[in-house]
Amino acid sequence: MEISAIYYLVPALIMFCCGVYGFITRKNMIAMLISLELMLNAVDMNFVIFNRYLYPDAMEGMFFTLFAIAIAAAETALAIAIIINIFRAAKNIDVRSLNEMKF
Amino acid sequence: MFSNILIYFVVIPLLMLAGLAISRNIKQIRAVAVVGSLALTALSVVLLLQYLEIRHSGNTEPMLFVDSWSWFAPLNINLAVGVDGISIAMLLLSSVIVFAGSFASWTIQQPKEFFLWLILLSTGVFGFFISIDLFTMFMFYEVALIPMYLLIGVWGSGNKNYSAMKLTLMLMGGSAFLMLGLIGIYYHSAPEGGQLTWNILEIAKNGAISHGWQTFLFPMTFVGFGVLGAMFPFHTWSPDGHASAPTAVSMLHAGVLMKLGGYGCFRVAIYLMPQAAHELAWIFLILTGISVVYGAFCACVKTDLKYINAYSSVSHCGLVLFAILMLNTTAMTGAIMQMLSHGLMTALFFALIGMIYGRTHTRDITKMGGMMQILPYLSVCYVIAGMASLGLPGLSGFVAEMTIFVGSFQQGMADYLSGAGSLRLVFTIIACCSIVITAVYILRVVGKLLLGPVHDEHHRELTDATWWERLSTVTLILCVAGIGCFPNFFNNLINFTFSPAIFAVLGLN
Amino acid sequence: MDVTIPILILAIPLFMFLLLGLLGMKMSHKLAGTLGTLGMGTVLVLSYYTAYNYFFSGSAQFITEGGDRLQALIFDQTWLAFTEKLIIKIGFLLDPISAMMLVVITTISFMVHLYSMGYMRDHHGVYEHGFQRFYAFLSLFSFSMLGLVVAPNIFQMYIFWELVGASSYLLIGFYYVKPSAVSASKKAFIVTRFADLGFLIGILVLSYYTGTFNFTQFTSAPVEGMAGVFQVSENTAMGIRNIFETSAAPMFMGASVLTWALVLIFMGGMGKSAMMPLHIWLPDAMEGPTPVSALIHAATMVVAGVYLVARLFPLYLMEESALTIITVVGALTAFYAAMVACTQIDIKRVLAFSTISQIAFMMVSLGVARPEIHEGLGYMASMFHLFTHAMFKALLFLGAGALIHAIGSNDYTAMHGLRKYMPITHWTFLIGCLAIAGIIPFSGFFSKDEILSACVGYDWVAYLWMSLVAGLTAFYMFRLYFLIFWWKEHKVAEGHHAPHDQPWTMSLPLIILAAVSCVAGFIPFGKLVSWNGEPYDFMAHFDWGVAAVSLTVALIGIGLAAVMYARENTLPEKFKNALPRLWDWCHHRFYWDELYMFITHKIIFGCVCRPLAWFDRHVIDGTMDAMATVTNKASEAIKPLQSGQIQMYVWYYLVGALLLGTITAVCLL
Repeated sequence: MEISAIYYLVPALIMFCCGVYGFITRKNMIAMLISLELMLNAVDMNFVIFNRYLYPDAMEGMFFTLFAIAIAAAETALAIAIIINIFRAAKNIDVRSLNEMKF
Repeated sequence: MFSNILIYFVVIPLLMLAGLAISRNIKQIRAVAVVGSLALTALSVVLLLQYLEIRHSGNTEPMLFVDSWSWFAPLNINLAVGVDGISIAMLLLSSVIVFAGSFASWTIQQPKEFFLWLILLSTGVFGFFISIDLFTMFMFYEVALIPMYLLIGVWGSGNKNYSAMKLTLMLMGGSAFLMLGLIGIYYHSAPEGGQLTWNILEIAKNGAISHGWQTFLFPMTFVGFGVLGAMFPFHTWSPDGHASAPTAVSMLHAGVLMKLGGYGCFRVAIYLMPQAAHELAWIFLILTGISVVYGAFCACVKTDLKYINAYSSVSHCGLVLFAILMLNTTAMTGAIMQMLSHGLMTALFFALIGMIYGRTHTRDITKMGGMMQILPYLSVCYVIAGMASLGLPGLSGFVAEMTIFVGSFQQGMADYLSGAGSLRLVFTIIACCSIVITAVYILRVVGKLLLGPVHDEHHRELTDATWWERLSTVTLILCVAGIGCFPNFFNNLINFTFSPAIFAVLGLN
Repeated sequence: MDVTIPILILAIPLFMFLLLGLLGMKMSHKLAGTLGTLGMGTVLVLSYYTAYNYFFSGSAQFITEGGDRLQALIFDQTWLAFTEKLIIKIGFLLDPISAMMLVVITTISFMVHLYSMGYMRDHHGVYEHGFQRFYAFLSLFSFSMLGLVVAPNIFQMYIFWELVGASSYLLIGFYYVKPSAVSASKKAFIVTRFADLGFLIGILVLSYYTGTFNFTQFTSAPVEGMAGVFQVSENTAMGIRNIFETSAAPMFMGASVLTWALVLIFMGGMGKSAMMPLHIWLPDAMEGPTPVSALIHAATMVVAGVYLVARLFPLYLMEESALTIITVVGALTAFYAAMVACTQIDIKRVLAFSTISQIAFMMVSLGVARPEIHEGLGYMASMFHLFTHAMFKALLFLGAGALIHAIGSNDYTAMHGLRKYMPITHWTFLIGCLAIAGIIPFSGFFSKDEILSACVGYDWVAYLWMSLVAGLTAFYMFRLYFLIFWWKEHKVAEGHHAPHDQPWTMSLPLIILAAVSCVAGFIPFGKLVSWNGEPYDFMAHFDWGVAAVSLTVALIGIGLAAVMYARENTLPEKFKNALPRLWDWCHHRFYWDELYMFITHKIIFGCVCRPLAWFDRHVIDGTMDAMATVTNKASEAIKPLQSGQIQMYVWYYLVGALLLGTITAVCLL
């Protein structure tokens, strides 16, 4: 018996919602970054799932996911670097208190 | 280089800007300012002579030296220039005041930047007076306004940030109305299917602005320019702005920039929309009539010299707009004379106040006294300026005021006798009362500041005017006395402007 | 007539003003004074020549074959053209009254120039500070006053009218360090300015209807065959009146518009000539140097109002109500000023009030003048009195100046018994007093008698009233005279010089003016000056009864003064105590100054200026500031929406997207 796509899609959706929720509510930049990664991974899963179920002959979805993972890794590195720098300057990575440049 | 003499009025200030940019020390900066302003003065005199020559040879075109260069063809924006007697009078006034102003700011801090902004401002002023294209005119108008913010904000005194902000915002508010009005005029500048134009002469010739639109656009433009002309109740930028501005800026602002308002009201609002001017004049007559006495009354109780003068400017500039609204040749001529006269004497006043303030570091008349014994030269100049302001014959104030009163009274009586209401007559008489109130506040200042015993013994050590200060004041006094003694020359110069072509446009008789 | 001399008459004083004003400080005192005096001397000679020419040359330009005096427009240069018809011209009109005024002004001005050479220096011969400035201002004043009297049009008159006001301001405030002088000069200028407002509006009304400023078009008709020559004509004035009456609105608030115009113009005259209630500046103007008081505030400028009315007299004749107003104002002022003069302590104030009273005499005289009453005697009498009064009042002021110079105080209580110390001053002062009191044969007798004769023909009440004032005049002048020169022996304080007569520069003008005051009454004035130019024979109308009455009244006044003040006694004190209220009111000038202070300070400053300034700061400026504040507040309020926090943005985005999704779903389903 074939496992229906829905069994993969629901966890991905849950993961995405967790990511959104986390991104909105967490004030710590690292936590926000993690939430961002969660959303990204949920999207990656969706790519793979749809590729597998809708176009079993093609491999574009897989490749795209691989690219996305690679870029996400680079992005994370960049983000972490920024966060560390902010931490050095402000001794703090709480987004609410980082409004010095704003007003 | 350029075939049209008028272009030099913009070219010379631009050259001055370039000269300032490369000058290295205070001497070079002063040289640039003096040579440039002298060149401008000479240029306006040459222009005046050429103009008179052409007029005497029987040319009755509304404008002379007309020329136009396309700038942005899709919207028909041109750099169109042309002058008549009024513009020439204003150009003369501006160049004299720039000249005197350069000497009045002989020892300013950060001279290079100061003069850069000052000359940019005068570029705007000269450009405004030579333009006959509404869009270019508006552009120069803005060029003249913006440097004011920096000049007051950086070189000012007292509550300068507040004043600079207030002045700029209120004038920009006026500009917003104005821009709306000008764009409106553009879209109704030609009859159905005709080529739309920004050119004043063509708009006036087309006469295509419908009556309904006129009643909407006239208040827009009149208020827009009126704000700069310190019309009640939009005058409050003037006292604060003048009080904070450095000497030369006050001179240029009260002497020339406020004239842009009066000039614009005449050249745009009334000239292009005469029908609405006839119908709606009463609203603005009341406002400007109030300005005249209101400013004078306020000046009676102020103790800061610059505030007193700023309120007196409100009163005198109110008289300019008041006279323009009379829609009567004599009164309008008087309005232009009053612009000249007020420009010169108020520049003189502000120059003197700046010089006194530079010595005593106070402008409060209750803290000074007996300056006549300490600074005789400056005090005598102040008395002369005061006498010009309160309308002593032989100085410019008298001829301007009398021309206005005679013209207004003629119009007022004509209205009254023909049953067109007594508003003009009543307000003329109210405006006449200002000659008494003016005497009160001028003599109050003269009595408190210059005469009487010395108030503060420290002031005894002050020194009288330096040569550059003398040069600045003497220039202005000579001009004031020149207009006062030979008014008919200026009267004729301006009167040429009200040639039959313009009468037809304005429906004057 | 050649235009050179008239132009020089105006140009020399102007040139002197510019020369002394600009270069005076570089000159020595003596040079400046000498230059000024010489300049004025030249003008004096030229003016005498002009006046002589006018009155006695018999040129067809000046006199008709029938002996009528004409008005000659010597030159008329456009100065400012308002419209095609309304043109201000600067010109020179020679007619009986302007020729007479040329003589008066230059004589007094020259005397004052000469006198000031001695007066404006202390006992050690050191010149006062600002001596050159003084002469510059005197020249400016002379220029303005000459320009005023020769004005051929009402606007030129207004121009010079303002200029004399300004030079009077400068001269009253000559001692500008003294606060009292500063406020007196300010007061003088503002009060007269207020009056000039009326004058200006009057001019505007008159010129609107008539379309001209020219006097000659108001009151005279051109003489045929001669350019620039006019003859006074009632028909022209009648024509002007007809213009008013046939206009669209001939009446305004119950009076004809012409009356309004004339009364408004007279208001200007009231200011300059210090008629009640605009008289308050003149007593204070005595803060100026005494020669200035003699020149400006006694002899010349203050009679400008009378001159103005005389100039427009044919027009005033057209509106009897305007003349009635002039008569009433004049009569009240004459009596008021005479009452006040009886109680003043400062000798210059007494003279100032006496001046007010005498000018009021001239006004009354113009007010009662009618062609049908003694052929317009009042007009001639008024001008005659103007002439004689200028001479003897200048004499009295210069005498007072000599006393002040010798004693160093304006207060008669510091003088007393000076007749032995200063004989020249004493005798000349006495002549002045006799002249003003109206004792035959001094000049004042003749002119005052003519005024009273004119009053007799007009109304008995006016006559009695003015005779009473004439008696009062004699009384207060001799009160002053006795208090200064008699009363008690003069005490010379230890260490001081005894007061003595002055240097010749001061004595000479006194002697000359005294001599003129003795003989001026015998000038056949009526032959020279009359309202319509026809020679007037006064003797034909001479009324011996009136002369006897006025002489008696004057003698009673003098006798009373002699009884009360010739010897030190307690009568004056008793008088004062018997009528304390009346004395107080007179002494305080009927509290006019206090009333004015109340109006200007409490009402105009307190109830108009200050509230307006407050309104400007708090309401108008407040509105502008409130607009800025509201904008600021509003942007502060919405600023958190742009917090820069992505989380908030995501939240807004989510909510927005959900809302949109829901709405779309609801709409689709």
